[in-house]
Formats: sequence, C-alpha cells, structure tokens
Amino acid sequence: MATIESNSPAVAHADVHDHHEPQSFWRTYVFSEDHKTIAKQYLITGIIWSVIGISLSVMFRLQLGFPSMKMDFLRPILGTWIDESGKLDPDFYLALVTMHGTIMVFFVLTAGLSGTFSNFLIPLQIGARDMASGFLNMLSYWFFFLASAVMFGSLFIETGPAGGGWVVYPPLSALPQAHKGSEFGMTLWLISMALFIVSQLLGGINYITTVINLRTRGMSFSKLPLTIWAFFLTAVLGLISFPVLLSAALLLIFDRSFGTSFYLSEIYVNGEALPNVGGSPILFQHLFWFLGHPEVYIVLLPALGMTSEIIATNSRKPIFGYRAMIASMMGIAFLAFIVWAHHMFVSGMNPFLGSVFMFLTLIIAVPSAVKAFNYITTLWRGNIRFTPAMLFSIGLVSFFISGGLTGIILGNSALDIQLHDTYFVVAHFHLVMGAASAFGLLAGVYHWFPKMFGKMMNEKLGYIHFWLTFIGIYLVFFPMHYVGIAGFPRRYYAFTSYDFTKNIFADMNAFISLAAIFTFTAQWIFIYNFVNSIIRGRRATQNPWKSNTLEWTTPIVPGHGNWTGEIPAVYRWPYDYSKPGAKEDYIPQNVPYSQTLESNLPHENELISLEKEIEAQNLNDQFKQPH
Amino acid sequence: MNDYVNEVALAEEPEETLSMNPRKFILWLFIVSIIMIFAAMTSAYLVRRAEGNWLEYEIPSIFAYSSGVLVLSSLTMHWAYIAAKKDNFNALKLAISITFALGLVFLYMQFQGWVALVDEKVFFVGNPAGSFMYVFTGLHAFHLISGLLVLVSALWAAFRIRIHAKSLNQLEIAATYWHFLDILWIYLFFFLVYFH
Repeated sequence: MATIESNSPAVAHADVHDHHEPQSFWRTYVFSEDHKTIAKQYLITGIIWSVIGISLSVMFRLQLGFPSMKMDFLRPILGTWIDESGKLDPDFYLALVTMHGTIMVFFVLTAGLSGTFSNFLIPLQIGARDMASGFLNMLSYWFFFLASAVMFGSLFIETGPAGGGWVVYPPLSALPQAHKGSEFGMTLWLISMALFIVSQLLGGINYITTVINLRTRGMSFSKLPLTIWAFFLTAVLGLISFPVLLSAALLLIFDRSFGTSFYLSEIYVNGEALPNVGGSPILFQHLFWFLGHPEVYIVLLPALGMTSEIIATNSRKPIFGYRAMIASMMGIAFLAFIVWAHHMFVSGMNPFLGSVFMFLTLIIAVPSAVKAFNYITTLWRGNIRFTPAMLFSIGLVSFFISGGLTGIILGNSALDIQLHDTYFVVAHFHLVMGAASAFGLLAGVYHWFPKMFGKMMNEKLGYIHFWLTFIGIYLVFFPMHYVGIAGFPRRYYAFTSYDFTKNIFADMNAFISLAAIFTFTAQWIFIYNFVNSIIRGRRATQNPWKSNTLEWTTPIVPGHGNWTGEIPAVYRWPYDYSKPGAKEDYIPQNVPYSQTLESNLPHENELISLEKEIEAQNLNDQFKQPH
Repeated sequence: MNDYVNEVALAEEPEETLSMNPRKFILWLFIVSIIMIFAAMTSAYLVRRAEGNWLEYEIPSIFAYSSGVLVLSSLTMHWAYIAAKKDNFNALKLAISITFALGLVFLYMQFQGWVALVDEKVFFVGNPAGSFMYVFTGLHAFHLISGLLVLVSALWAAFRIRIHAKSLNQLEIAATYWHFLDILWIYLFFFLVYFH
C-alpha cells in the first residue's frame, strides 16, 4: 500500500514516546496493559470456561436422556454428588443447570466474546495505539479473573454451587435454608457476579471512550466498520444495564445476609414463619430482567457485528444496507430496554401491561428481519469464498433466523401461558442467542486468528469442525421444540409423573443427549486446531483475507502501539469490495480516492479535495501525549 | 504525492479534533453507571411503595442539615478550581482541605441520621420503607468515600504543584465527581422527602 508509506515520513516526531522499552515477563504477559494481550487473556479464559460450561451441560443431559443410567464413572469428578446407587444428586442437578447458564451467558458469551474482540479489534480497526486507559483495561481483566476464581471455587464446596437457576429468583435464592443451592454457593455466586459486573463496567467504559475519542484521522462514525458499531452499542447496553443488576444483587445480598425484606414476604419454611414481611419477589424480576434482556443483546450484537464484516469480506461485496445495519442495531439496542417484562408474562402482571410488552417485543422482529435480509442480500450473487470463518458466519445467519422465528411465538403473551418455562424456551434462546453468538465467536477466532497469533488455522479441520457443530446444534435444539410444545418444563431433574413424559418423549430426550455429546466432542477439534496452529500453524501473510479494514495494515504481528510509524488515515468506508473499474477486488480504507481515479464515482471524485483536510487533522496519537 | 502530504502535515499546526480528554470522558461514563445504580434503586422504591404495606415515618431533620453541608462543600470545591486557575496555590490547598473536611462532616452527620432513625424505631431490618432509607444513604456514603479518595489524590497533587492553571485535568475530574455526588445526594434527599 503506497499510502502507508506516503504517510510515514511525516512522523519525524513519532519517536517522542520513549518509555515503552521491553517490559518484564510479568508486565508483558500477565499484568499487561496492551489491548492485544488482554484480548488473548480473555479469549483463553473464555475457552476454558466454555469447556467447563459445556461439560456441565453434558452431565445433566446424561441425566435427562438416560434417567436410569448408572453414573458411577463420573464419581472421580463429581465425588459424592453421585450416590451409592450411581444416581446423580438432584440438588447437584439444579446446580449443574444453574452453573451452565451462568457460565455460558456471562463468562463465555459476555466476557469471552466482548472481552476478546472488543479489546482486540476496537483499537486496531479505528486506528488507535491502544485503549483509552490501558490500566483500567488490565483491571477489567483481573476483576474478571477474580470473578472466575470465585465462581470456579464455588463448584467445589461441600453444599455445591448456586442452584436456583441462572436468574437466581428470590425467595428461593434469598433463603439459605430453602435448599442446598441457596447456601454458601449462592453467596459465592453473588460475590462473583458483583466482581464480574465491575469488570464489565470497566471494560465497557473503556470501549466507549476509545471508540468516541481515539479514532484516527478521517475515521468518522459513518466510516466505522460494523464490528465497531456493534461493540460500541454493546458497551452502551452494558453500561446502562449492568449497574441495575448490581443494585438487584445488592438488595438480594442484604436480604440473604442481613435479614432485610426487599424481596421476602410472609414465608413459611418447614412450617415455621419467617420474620420477613412487606417484600416483593416480583421486584427482583423487574430489576433482573432490566439487565437480563439487554444482556441477550450484549451477547448477540458483537457476534452480529463480526459476522457482518466477515460475510462482506468473503462475499467480496459491499455489505448490503450499511446504514440500515447500523440503524437496526440501534433499534435493537433501544428496544432491548423496554421489553424486559416479556420474561414475566406469567408472574401475575396486568394482562394489559402484558399486551404492551408483547407489542414492543414483536417490534424487535423488524430490525432483526432487516439484519437477516441484509445478510442474505450481501451473500446474494457474491463471489463467495467459503473460509471456515465464512461458514460459521453463514451458520450464525441460519441460527439467527430459525431461532428468531420462535421468538415471535414466545413473544406472544397468550401463547406464553403454555410455553413459559418449557424446553421450547430453551430451544429458542439456545439457537438465537447461544449458538448464534457462539458461532460469531468461532467465526471471529477463525477470521482474526492470523492477526492475533501471526499464524493461519488449519482450514480442513475448520471445515470438519463447522459441519459437525452446525449439524450437531440443530440435532440438539430442533427436537427440543417438540419436547417443549409437549409441555416438558425446564430445570426438572426427572420426568416420572406422566405417561407421555415417561414413554413417548423419552427416546427424543435420549436422542438430544446423544447429539449434545456429539457436538461437545466436535469442539475438541477446534481446541486442537487452535493450540496446534499457535505452535505449528502456517505463517500468516499481512492481509490473508484481502480485507479492507485497518487492522490488516499493521505488521503481521503488531507490537505495542500497533503501527510502526504513523497511524494510517482513513478516506473511505470499509466495504469497497469488487468495485467496478478497480484494479483489485478490494480497496482498503486507507487508500485515498486520489489513488483510485479509475473506480471513483462522481461524488467520490469530489471527496479528493477533502483529503488534504483529513490529513491535516490532528492525529490523536496516544504515544505523543504524556501518559 | 509524498511531498504533498508532508507539506500539509508539517505546515498545519495539529489541531484538537477531540471534544474531550479521554479521562474526563471515562469519568462521565462512570457517572452514568452510578446514575443507573440509583435509578434502579429509586424505581425499585417506587414500585415497592405502590404495592402498599408501607411504613410512614419522619425523615430525621439532620439529613436536611447534612445536605446543606454538602452543598457548601461543592462551593469550596469550586473555590479550589478558581484558585487553581489563578495559580493561587495556598488557596487551592486550603479549599481542597476544607472540602475534604466538609465531606467528613457530612459522613458523620449521615451516621447521626442513622442514629436518629434507630431512635425513631426505623431499622435496617424491617419494613422495606426503612431499609431503602439505609440503602440509599449507605450507598451514597460509599460513593462519597470514593470521592474523598479522589480529593486526597488531588490534594497530594496540589502539594507537589502538579495542579496549576495549565494542568487542570485532575482537579476538574475531582470537581466534576464531587459536584455529581452532591447533586446525587440532593436528588436522593428530595426523592425521599417527596415519596417517603
């Protein structure tokens, strides 16, 4: 790229920064303030958590699919949670469900996804040396690490980890005497989540500040890659909703440990009346879902942003409806805050209020449909390259549509009377939020692996991994819709009361469990590929996917500060793929219009005169400011 | 092309394209998160209050006096800012110290407010109307302690003459945060008076 060089001589003063000498091992790899290292820390912690979280689900799937199975072989891991007759302890079953939900939603798909890719891509794609505050960023990871340590520790205590479901509804979660899962494990859950919220707030504040304040010259909001838009909106959602969860958790802690009655009222435990009067358990649900619903989009939006980028790059076409994509993400982010009560249709709320929330909920289908439509029209007649990242992105579109359709059914407050808390809900959110976000995460790893580690991942293993996972996930969650419509409630240890649960759907549950084990096994291909490629992977080129965004203008393995010399300026949007008349089928963002006269549109020729202005702008280079 | 770019880059004085220093921006986002904590708390209060079974009690008058003390401390904080702008270091140190002392007085008065509540037989454990009172004041006091720490670091910087007319960022951050904590308390106080 001629432009990168053409900018660099102007940097006579770039070496002002002189206190960035090589640092000690601890500062470089452990307590690092470099966004790329922190991103890798998040990624690896997230991968470890996902292995733990999915193994827990395999354990309870064994119980659900094969209720009479002898599980003695799990005793080396679970110890006394497997009783003498080889049965899984029912209390521990609840703990498994709870921890699976908590770990996957918060530790894998929030911290592992946003933490990794917001950290890694925001500075690289907007043209910044690092995050606005490297120190807060480091703090964010280590708060997450502490939260992880507490949550992990809670798996091993005698009374078991929290067991009241990942939503921890009081009064169950507020009364330690209620069941085993509400004892010390619940206290640790609350401590861990409080630390986790602090970590997410520190991270999110940094992401927002960086996107707004540290963009390079010419990188206006209308030239930002969709990834950055998604990360930005995700961080805004987190900033507004996580403090509310903190409030809810704080009041719950007071109820649990200090005897207040925010959520507790007139309760009998074992025939004994508790002193608590005047509380309202529904209050917790309101507070929880005010976070809980935006949380769904905190998980999903980054995945949508990354796959937009990957699909445009690998279709060799501009993203269809760039502005519509931004508008629909904004729409989703806004609506996320005013639909929370659709999780509470059967909590005894006023049916009129329910219909208002139903209406608002169904509106989400509009921006979501715009996104799905834009994905498909971007793919339409594109010159598609089926890289593993691209396959996973297309897989996300598939899950987003098939899981989103059932959302329209569930958003209906009348249908929800039948479907509430059944496996239909489980199937819905695992497809649209769980699997879709996980595919976004995997697509992101396959796509940006060369930039992270300077190596290429093995494509063949990537293809095998994709097809096994894609088929496996549908085999798990498609039958689950039927089980749900039939009336199977979620979180039940065993279904022994009715003939239809005992006989008719037993084989389907066994099938789902086998499919879950199959899908879990397939993930080891990815882990092998990931580790093996870091060590023995083929060396990456500078821009292996011929992509337009700024991260591919950095050295193959960017050092501290990302660019050697001046940060490139930006002249065009990030989606100039297959532009008619252009020499190649992509024009990176840092190529000025004055160098691409053959492909410019009339209005772009007019922009040439503005290039001087862009170049003259102050480069917000952190390395040139005292810090 | 090369020369042309160089000329432009060297000829023009770098101009500030940003509206805000990133640290100040971080502070504002931090303030947003605190606002959300209290927005959640006060709406929880309203939702719970609407359900009835609500204890009515007198809000101890000391909370009104403590509000006055906190407003006063905001004024001295502003005095510190003006002093720093004029490079009047003695006044700066004095003003930050007074602000800090008034912050401590405020905390002590809040504690006396709790004592007065207990005398009224309004306890932390009991009807949520009382519990909320303790949570609001306690949570605000917790944030005020963090504000005191920010003040101490500003005072430390003032003694080492790192705050002056050309280097106001740290003081401005401390002042913004302090004024915010002041406004937050005034909001909570009037909220509690109006909806108690």
